[in-house]
Amino acid sequence: MLTEIRRAILFTLVTMVLLGGVYNVGLWGIGRVVFSSQAEGSLIHRPDGTIVGSRLIAQKFTRPEYFQPRPSGVDYNAASTGGTNYGPSNPDHLKAVRERLDAIETQEGVRAGAVPSEMVTASGGGLDPHIPPRAAELQAARVARARNVSVDRVLELIRAHTEGPTFGFLGRARVNVLELNLALDEQFGQTGAGRPSRAGGSAGLKPRAGSGDSHD
Amino acid sequence: MGTDILAIAFIILLTIATSVALGRYMFNVFTGGRTFLDPVLVPLERLVLRLTGVDPNEEQDWKQYSVSLLVSNIVMWLATFAIVSIQQWLPLNPDSIANMEPTLSFNTISSFTTNTNLQHYSGETGLSYFSQMFVISFLQFVTAATGVAACIATIRGLAGSRLAHIGNFYVDLTRATVRVFLPLAVLVSLIVMSQGTPMTFEGAAQATTLEGQAQPIARGVTAGVVSIKQLGTNGGGYFGPNSAHPYENPTPLSNLIETWSITLIPMAMVWTLGYMVGRRRLAIVIFATMLAIYLPMVVFGVAQETRGNPAITTMGVDQSTGSMEGKEVRFGAGLSALWAVTTTVTSNGSVNSMHDSMTPLGGLMPMIGMWLNNIFGGVGVGFINMLIFVIVAVFVAGMMVGRTPEFLGKKVEAKEMKLASLALLWHPLAILVGTAIACYVWATSADPGTALAWLKNPGPHGFSEMLYEFSSSAANNGSGFEGLGDNTPFWNISCGLVMLLSRYIPIIAPLALAGVLGAKPAAPETAGSLRADSVTFGFTLWAVIVILGLLMFMPVAVLGPIAEHLALR
Repeated sequence: MLTEIRRAILFTLVTMVLLGGVYNVGLWGIGRVVFSSQAEGSLIHRPDGTIVGSRLIAQKFTRPEYFQPRPSGVDYNAASTGGTNYGPSNPDHLKAVRERLDAIETQEGVRAGAVPSEMVTASGGGLDPHIPPRAAELQAARVARARNVSVDRVLELIRAHTEGPTFGFLGRARVNVLELNLALDEQFGQTGAGRPSRAGGSAGLKPRAGSGDSHD
Repeated sequence: MGTDILAIAFIILLTIATSVALGRYMFNVFTGGRTFLDPVLVPLERLVLRLTGVDPNEEQDWKQYSVSLLVSNIVMWLATFAIVSIQQWLPLNPDSIANMEPTLSFNTISSFTTNTNLQHYSGETGLSYFSQMFVISFLQFVTAATGVAACIATIRGLAGSRLAHIGNFYVDLTRATVRVFLPLAVLVSLIVMSQGTPMTFEGAAQATTLEGQAQPIARGVTAGVVSIKQLGTNGGGYFGPNSAHPYENPTPLSNLIETWSITLIPMAMVWTLGYMVGRRRLAIVIFATMLAIYLPMVVFGVAQETRGNPAITTMGVDQSTGSMEGKEVRFGAGLSALWAVTTTVTSNGSVNSMHDSMTPLGGLMPMIGMWLNNIFGGVGVGFINMLIFVIVAVFVAGMMVGRTPEFLGKKVEAKEMKLASLALLWHPLAILVGTAIACYVWATSADPGTALAWLKNPGPHGFSEMLYEFSSSAANNGSGFEGLGDNTPFWNISCGLVMLLSRYIPIIAPLALAGVLGAKPAAPETAGSLRADSVTFGFTLWAVIVILGLLMFMPVAVLGPIAEHLALR
C-alpha cells in the first residue's frame, strides 16, 4: 500500500508540472511569437496606447450615432460573464423580450416583423460581438440621421463590414459591432468620448439615453 | 437552414473519418505497436514512468489495477483541493481571486477529479491562473486518461482468454496522457489560439469603451484549457459561459474544431475495441447502433431550435433564424443544437449556447443524452457503459432464443449480470432519487422562492433545472441548466457525492467484470453461438438501450420538458 501511495504522489507531482506547467507555458510562448495579438485577447488600441476594447467582446452602446449590439444578460460586464438562463416559457423572459421589442420599434420606427429575434434576445455569453446584417440595416437610418450623413453611405459601410459564413457554409453571416462603429468614427468623424463637447452638428443635440452625459 | 444542414453533415462526417485513423493509432499505443509520434513521445512516456517509479513490465490483476486507479485519484483530489483552498496566497493571481469556500471546493474538486466538470463557480471570478493551470488543466488531462485506461483494461479482459492480468494502470494512464491527449491538445490549442482564444498571464485588460465607460475584460491562460476540456470529455470552461464566450470559441472555425474534439476520441474508442478484439464487424455494428441514436437526436434538436420559441413568434418578431436566446450569432441555432446534443451524448458537458434557454423539447435532447450516457460516451467511461449494455443485450437475446448467452466466446453468467446490473442501475437511481430529494426539500420549505432561491424559472422549467443538475452529475457530464442557483451547500454536497459515486461505481464494476470474463477460457464460436457482430444484434442492442435506458425516465420527462412544451404557445 505504501508503494501505491508513493507512486500516486510522484505521478501527481510529475504530471502536474508537465501538464499544468510545461504544457501551458509552452503554449504561451508559442502564442507570444506566432499569435501575439490573439493571445493577448485581440485588443484594439487608440493611438495613445489606451485600450478601446476587444474585437471579440461586445461593449455597451447607447448613443444614437452608434450601432447597438445584442442585449446582454450581464450588461456587457466582461469580467463576470453569462447568459440570462431564462427558460423559454418564463414570464420574466417574455416580458423582457417584449420591452426590448417596444424600445426598438420606437427607436428605429419599424414594425415588429422587421426586427430580427437576435436583437430582442440575450446572447449566450452576454458578450456576443456580432449582429446579423439585417439587424445592422435596421439601425442604419437612425445612425445616418444622428450623424447627418446619407443612409446609403452607412449601408455601404455595413456591407463592407459583413463577414460571410466561414468557407461559405460554417456559421452565420455577421457584422462586428465594435469594428463597424470604429469605422463610422473614422469615416464620418468621431463623436465618442474623446471628442470635445461643443463640436457641432445635429447629432450632438439629440438626447443621449443612458449615456450619463449631462445636458446643460 | 440549408447551409446549417451542410455544416452539420460536414462536421459529423469529418469526425467519423478522422476517428478511424485515431482508433488505429490508439490501438498501436496501447498494444506496444509503432506510431509516427514515437520518436518524440516515447521518451517522454519513459521519463514520466521512471520519475513515478513504475516498472513498465509490471502486470496487475483487476483488483490491483482498481486500487492503483483509486489511490492515484484520491491523491489528485487532495492535492488539487489544497490548491484551490489557498489560491489567493499562491502566485499567478493578477486579478486577486479569493480562496474557494469549502463546500464549493468539495464540489469543484470532486467534479474535476471525476471528469464531470460541473461548475458551481465561474472561472473569471472563482479561479486564479495558477488554479486554472495546476488544477483544471492538469485534472482535465489525467482524469480523461484515467477513463481511457479503465476502458482499455476492460477491453483487454473481454478480449483475453484465461487472463490473470489486465495491464498496468500507470502505464496505461501515462500512455493515454502523453501519447493520446497531449499531442491532440497542443494541436487544438494552436488552432483556437489562431482564431482568437487568449493565452496570457496578464490580468484583465482595462478598456475604455468608445462611449467612454470602463470595461475590464477578463482573459488568461485560456487556450490550454479549451483544447483539453473538449478532447477529454471534460467540458469545464475557462469562463462561466464556456464555449459561448467569444474568447473560448471565437469563430465558426474554432467551433468546428471544438465540436470535432468532443466526439473524436469517444468515436475512436469504438474502432480501438474492434482492433483489440480483432473484429472490425463488431466495432461497425456498435458504431452504427450509436449513430442510429445520435443522428435522430441531432435532427430533432436542430429542428426544434431552428423553429424558434412560439411565445416569441406570436409577438411578431422575425424569428427566421431560430430560437436565439442564449445563443451566439456566429454559430446560429443549428450549430448550437448540434453542440448541445453532441456534448451530452458524450459526457463532455461544454456548451456553446445556454441549455437553460433552449426550447422545451430542444432542451430535452441534452437530458436524453445524459440519461443514456453511452452513445459514444465519455472518453473511455462512456464506452464502458456501452459495453455493459452490449452484455445485457447479449443476455436478453440469449434468453429470447434459448441459447447460452455468450460474448466474444465467453459465457455470460449470473455473476457477470449482477456486476453489469449494478453499473447500469446506479445511474437512474442517482438521478431520480436525487431529484426527488431536491423536490422534497423545495416543497417542504416555507417560501422556497426567497428562502432557497434555487430556481430562476417557475413551473415545469424549474423542475427541469433540478432534474438536469442531477442528470448532469450522475452522467459525469457537467453541463447545466445554469438558471439553477447551485452554489449552495445542498447542491455542492449532494452533487459532489453523486459525481463521486457515479464515477467510481461504473468504473470498478466493469473492471471486476473484465477480470471475471478475462479469466474464463474463450470457447470457439459454433453455429449455435449468438453472433454479436450481426445486423440483427445491432437492432437488439438499439432496442435494449432505448427501452432500458430511457423508459424509466419517461415520467420525469413528462413532468418537466414535455409539460412545458405543451403549455408554451
